Amino acid sequence: MGRPPGEPGRVAYLYLLPAFVLYAAFLLYPIGRAVQISLYDWDGLTLGRWAGLDNYTAILSDERLRAGFGHALVLIVFYAVIPLAIGLTLAAILNHAKVRGLGFFRTVVFLPQVVAMVVVAVAWRRVYAPDGTLNALLGALGLDGLTRGWLGDHTFALPAVGVVGTWFESGLVTVLLLAGMSRVPMELYEAARLDGAGAVREFFAVTLPSVRGEIAVALTLTVIAALRTFDLVYVTTRGGPGDSTSVPSFEVYHRAFGLGQVGSAAAIGVTLTVVIFAISFAINRLADKGTT
Amino acid sequence: MISRAERVANYVILSAFAAFALFPIVTILGAALGPDDAGPAGQAWGPHLGNFAAAWEAGRFGTYLRTSLTVSVFVVVVSVVLSIMSGYAFGTMRFRGQAVLFYLFMLGIMMPSEAIAVPLYFDLRTLGLIDTFWSVALPQVALSVAFGTFWMRAYFRASSRAIAEAARIDGASTWRTLWQVLVPPARPAIVTLTVLVFMWTWNEFLIPLIMVTSESLRTAPLGLAFFQGQYTSGFTLLAAGSVIVATPVVVFYLFLQRHFVRGLLQGAVRE
Repeated sequence: MGRPPGEPGRVAYLYLLPAFVLYAAFLLYPIGRAVQISLYDWDGLTLGRWAGLDNYTAILSDERLRAGFGHALVLIVFYAVIPLAIGLTLAAILNHAKVRGLGFFRTVVFLPQVVAMVVVAVAWRRVYAPDGTLNALLGALGLDGLTRGWLGDHTFALPAVGVVGTWFESGLVTVLLLAGMSRVPMELYEAARLDGAGAVREFFAVTLPSVRGEIAVALTLTVIAALRTFDLVYVTTRGGPGDSTSVPSFEVYHRAFGLGQVGSAAAIGVTLTVVIFAISFAINRLADKGTT
Repeated sequence: MISRAERVANYVILSAFAAFALFPIVTILGAALGPDDAGPAGQAWGPHLGNFAAAWEAGRFGTYLRTSLTVSVFVVVVSVVLSIMSGYAFGTMRFRGQAVLFYLFMLGIMMPSEAIAVPLYFDLRTLGLIDTFWSVALPQVALSVAFGTFWMRAYFRASSRAIAEAARIDGASTWRTLWQVLVPPARPAIVTLTVLVFMWTWNEFLIPLIMVTSESLRTAPLGLAFFQGQYTSGFTLLAAGSVIVATPVVVFYLFLQRHFVRGLLQGAVRE
């Protein structure tokens, strides 16, 4: 392509250089190394042994690893699907009705996004503790039969971790959808009303199709967050009891620094990266397809 | 036109959700301000601000906050300056390999830090850089620069191409054009980037967990996690410590809420 005289060309590389050097050294090179390490059986100390794709096939055959990816799928329901349902409901209400205190409500529901996950985890540990606030609440409601140590329970630990995800993602999804809904022209709603559509019909005919793009963004953000759950599991359960809350990110850490299976840890990390890229690509493709 | 019943139902749903959102926050604030559950019985009613001083002392949060502050300031300054420069190149100039280089930077936005932290640990160990300030700060600069480049490129592309061209015709150098012509009006976009990078760095847990062994280099969230492991005789001081760790970002959020919301929502939207 032709360049007008005086337009900067090569100087662009100088502006890119400092950012690129750091980025290449601390991100591109390590991901290349991760791929390399994942092909070895390596304890991090002695010489590694070539393993080919064994570390990858183990993700399918090793029960604990397979369970970890299964748990990540369960977390996607809690981090993405339920918050989407909650967010659509709340945003539709907030957009529709002139509610007092909207600013305050938005500040409150968005707050979990900015609090360090370690703090979130400490707070929820307290909520779920045997003598914690959830059991106190249940006791006050006369439901003593339901009380338990939620995070130490084989059945309830994973949903309990999931609810924390629902808690901090719902506000993000609500605010995101609300921004989208406020851009829907009023005439569309008036036209629907004139056609005799009720609130529910109106929601499915007008609101939902208009926020398709925002839904895609919300799902991308929340699904990635679900797949990357680490801090929360590290602080609340460390994958326990048994392996009932083990998730891929925690397995990466646990294998590399707990069990000395660095090759396996790298393979899980690479797989996780590929899964994240594939899912966000698929979600955005689906959203684009719907709009054209 | 909204019926009374619908209005009541709306408020019930919104209040129920607000209660759900506030429940853990109230739990921790209540514990932090309440009487020390590991202390003597029969303490006075009212907020116990002494808990914060006790937690500060017992949890050594002074050291952790200082480390967090140093790391955050370094990561914010370096990655924002580098992102402005690279975003300027991508947003206002044309050069060979532009598309490929841009996609390379985009990889980093979604890259889970879990994937790179493990190889980085072993390579930095070989170089003897483990357990240093650099091992905590530089990987986070790399992660932030990916997003920052994307963010500043979008800004410069949308609003600065014509201005950059006019400045060039006037004979201004590219360097002066950037810092004296383009950056001043870009302040809102730069503030948004700054608060996001600050929040991400302050709250980061995995990278310091892996890279740091000495106590003097622990960041605030890491210090809190260790404090939780060691301090088991009650919850009051742990709650107070949590409030100490969360407060800096929350204060920023309360004052610059618009920037946080805009950044977190638009950051993910492809153009």
